[in-house]
Amino acid sequence: MRLKAYSITAIFLIFITGNLQLAAASTLVYCSEGSPETFNPQLSASGTTFDASSRQIYNRLVEFKLGTTEIVPGLALRWDISEDGLEYTFYLRQKVRFHSTKYFTPSRYFNADDVLYSFNRQRKTSEPWYKVSGGVYKYFNDMGFNRLIRDVIKLDDYRIKIVLNKPDSPFLSNMAMDFASILSKEYADSLMKAGTPEQLDIKPVGTGPFMFVKYEKDAFIRYQAHPGYWRGREALDKLVFAITVDPSVRYARLRTGECQVMAYPLPTDIKSMKKNPAIKVAEQPGLNTAYWAFNVRKPPFDQARVRQAMNYAINRQAILDVIYQGTGEIADSVIPPTIWSWKAPDNVYVYNPDRAKKLLAEAGLAGGFEMDIWAMPVQRPYNPNARKMAELIQQDLSKIGIKANIVTYEWGTYLKKSRDGEHQTILLGWTGDNGDPDNFFSPLLSCAAAETGNNRSFWCNRKFDDLISLARIEQDQGKRKKLYRLAEVIFKQEAPWVTIAHSVRFLPYLKNVQGLKMDPFGGIYFSGVRLSK
Amino acid sequence: MLQLLLRRLLLVVPGFLGVTALTFFLIRLAPGDPILLLAGERGVSAERYAELQHQFGFDQPLLIQFTDYLWQVLNGNLGTSVVTQTPVLEEFGKLFPATLELAVIAMIFATIIGIPAGVLAAVKRNTVIDHSITAVSLVGYSMPIFWWALLLILLFSVNLGWMPVAGRINFIYDIDRVTGFMLIDTLLAGDKDAFFDALHHLVLPAIVLATIPLAVITRMTRSSMLEVLKQDYIRTARAKGLSEFSVIFKHALRNALIPVITVIGLQTSILLTGAILTEIIFSWPGIGKWILEAVYRRDYPVVQGGVLLIAGLVILVNTTVDLLYVVINPVLRRR
Repeated sequence: MRLKAYSITAIFLIFITGNLQLAAASTLVYCSEGSPETFNPQLSASGTTFDASSRQIYNRLVEFKLGTTEIVPGLALRWDISEDGLEYTFYLRQKVRFHSTKYFTPSRYFNADDVLYSFNRQRKTSEPWYKVSGGVYKYFNDMGFNRLIRDVIKLDDYRIKIVLNKPDSPFLSNMAMDFASILSKEYADSLMKAGTPEQLDIKPVGTGPFMFVKYEKDAFIRYQAHPGYWRGREALDKLVFAITVDPSVRYARLRTGECQVMAYPLPTDIKSMKKNPAIKVAEQPGLNTAYWAFNVRKPPFDQARVRQAMNYAINRQAILDVIYQGTGEIADSVIPPTIWSWKAPDNVYVYNPDRAKKLLAEAGLAGGFEMDIWAMPVQRPYNPNARKMAELIQQDLSKIGIKANIVTYEWGTYLKKSRDGEHQTILLGWTGDNGDPDNFFSPLLSCAAAETGNNRSFWCNRKFDDLISLARIEQDQGKRKKLYRLAEVIFKQEAPWVTIAHSVRFLPYLKNVQGLKMDPFGGIYFSGVRLSK
Repeated sequence: MLQLLLRRLLLVVPGFLGVTALTFFLIRLAPGDPILLLAGERGVSAERYAELQHQFGFDQPLLIQFTDYLWQVLNGNLGTSVVTQTPVLEEFGKLFPATLELAVIAMIFATIIGIPAGVLAAVKRNTVIDHSITAVSLVGYSMPIFWWALLLILLFSVNLGWMPVAGRINFIYDIDRVTGFMLIDTLLAGDKDAFFDALHHLVLPAIVLATIPLAVITRMTRSSMLEVLKQDYIRTARAKGLSEFSVIFKHALRNALIPVITVIGLQTSILLTGAILTEIIFSWPGIGKWILEAVYRRDYPVVQGGVLLIAGLVILVNTTVDLLYVVINPVLRRR
């Protein structure tokens, strides 16, 4: 009986003192927010998927310098651009090794065939690979690569030429995006031969800093350092993504040391995190803009004066204080300050209800009017609570005699109806993909975007459009900067939007994590990270 | 017995058909479109939209889509997820063991504590013990799971450091997946430490998941026992001079268990399907969270296939309970 009691006590002790301290010193555990959709970044548009695949496993010909939007050489050592801006020749790095894993051992180094394969899978509908795993190459098509690229030509084993249909300044930035990751043709061929091509997208092989080891949906992803990594082996031996959906639980895991870095903290937890001596909180303005757009096809928003009045009527500081709770900054420009062409605008709208009333009177609306504000039903990185934001706007508008009704729909319906122009005014936002200003101006404010409905204000100003079109083909960055500034002056004057805020992104981690850099695109990279004792 | 089993199995067919049709049409009635949701703010051109609609077969008339789907199901194919491009059955197979493991442990916990607590409350009727047990079970029943789980995590994991916060096992253990049941896989790997660690990770989620069934079982056992203890045969047993232990556990409990088993069956079905919150909070990779996410993203094949599989499980559990009834109750056996 006594022996039994001892055994029970022993088991209990094992339980409560059980090995709570995590992983060995060279293993970093990252509490991520969800499961990846695939391990092939060509097939997805989700940041969670990119974090788990392209950002740890793969490289691209050109890459963003970690922590910046600056383009640096990746698998291409250098590149030439033809005078007419139509031909890009990439000179490839030699002796780059692909991962050698339990399921694939490469017999050769990376070369031009891999680049050719990676792009042709996404662009050539006749390729047998095109339809594998559903064949939905979202980003490749969304960034217009299917129309932009005329041909991809292998000049020799270490030179590749990409020919464009028209000059395109953001092309290089786009080439640094996740969907342009380079996959192994040799691995692809071996899988096709074995009759299991879809394995390529489940069990990845890349040239990046970490090799894929194991994945269990909704539980974890295991990686280990790539010993032959061309930039040098990582200090971390192992990397684990502990998939933890709830942000409060991610924080609890960080506090107990179950993970060393956590994704997407709750804005309300930031204060307590900053007070915790074991935790560091890195922060950076997000590459995003939240805006309130006016449908210029619907009166009274066809009048610039009314739109300007809206800009004066809204107290953006109050929105920032209530909705973002210190996790955002006022947006005075279409683009966030992390983009190279950003400059604080000279003329900004400052909260001034009297001025707003005056402008309304000039527009013949002194008695006020009734209008709709569409508010998103979901939380987005650029807008934590659109419904509440709409309520604050509603209050501000009531002060100048406008009765605003808040309208909302299911997210997919909301996007579709607004693309069809059914709204009068709408709250929405945008997160940049490649750090290029064109990635904000063209998809959101061009005349072409007004045709497709992605330009939710349906505002089409020829002068503005010419300026951003010129900037898109201009190669000189200085000249592009000037063109965008001129375009912003017209934008401010015409006021198709109220630019509301750029959210600030936070990245909490334990103090023993060294070398972690925040990515302006909102992703996470563990290359260059180490753990101190 | 065999007749009963056959009768039950015959009833399963219309049940399955009903569930298949309901899920298929209801998810399509809900506003939202998987392709638009996948596209997000970036949108998708009309041509591309049409192309994707065709690829997923959403461009067909609804009735044709339904008959195609039925035919697929009859051939054992539940379709492929729109989001992950993985077969639904494969995803279910990977996630279900985690749900089942947690549900079984939680149910064992709820039964082991719930039945004796109910018996004790009934035997000590109207005493402090009875009132305490009733009060605790009422609190347990009305406890919001989300809040209760976070409270336990804050106390036992964050403040006391006794329990892990989330997950199925510490990441220092790299256990190969054989059955998908962590307790079994750690034993198969011959790693005793890993087994205890997996058990350790089960404690908090099992307590949280067991809270409501525990309260229900306790209350049901209590009321059923009170009913039985009033019966003449109990008085006879006592008059015969049987020990109180024998009266309670041999004569009363066995008869009182019949409604309790029904409740256990129903609660098990709920645990298998309704562990969504527990799974999300404890980062438990189970089917609850999987289906919820599929509903949010309008991933039609996953919602349809997932619900069908869960319905199958619920029917299986309930049929088993009905059969257990017969085993326990000799009167039913004779019929």
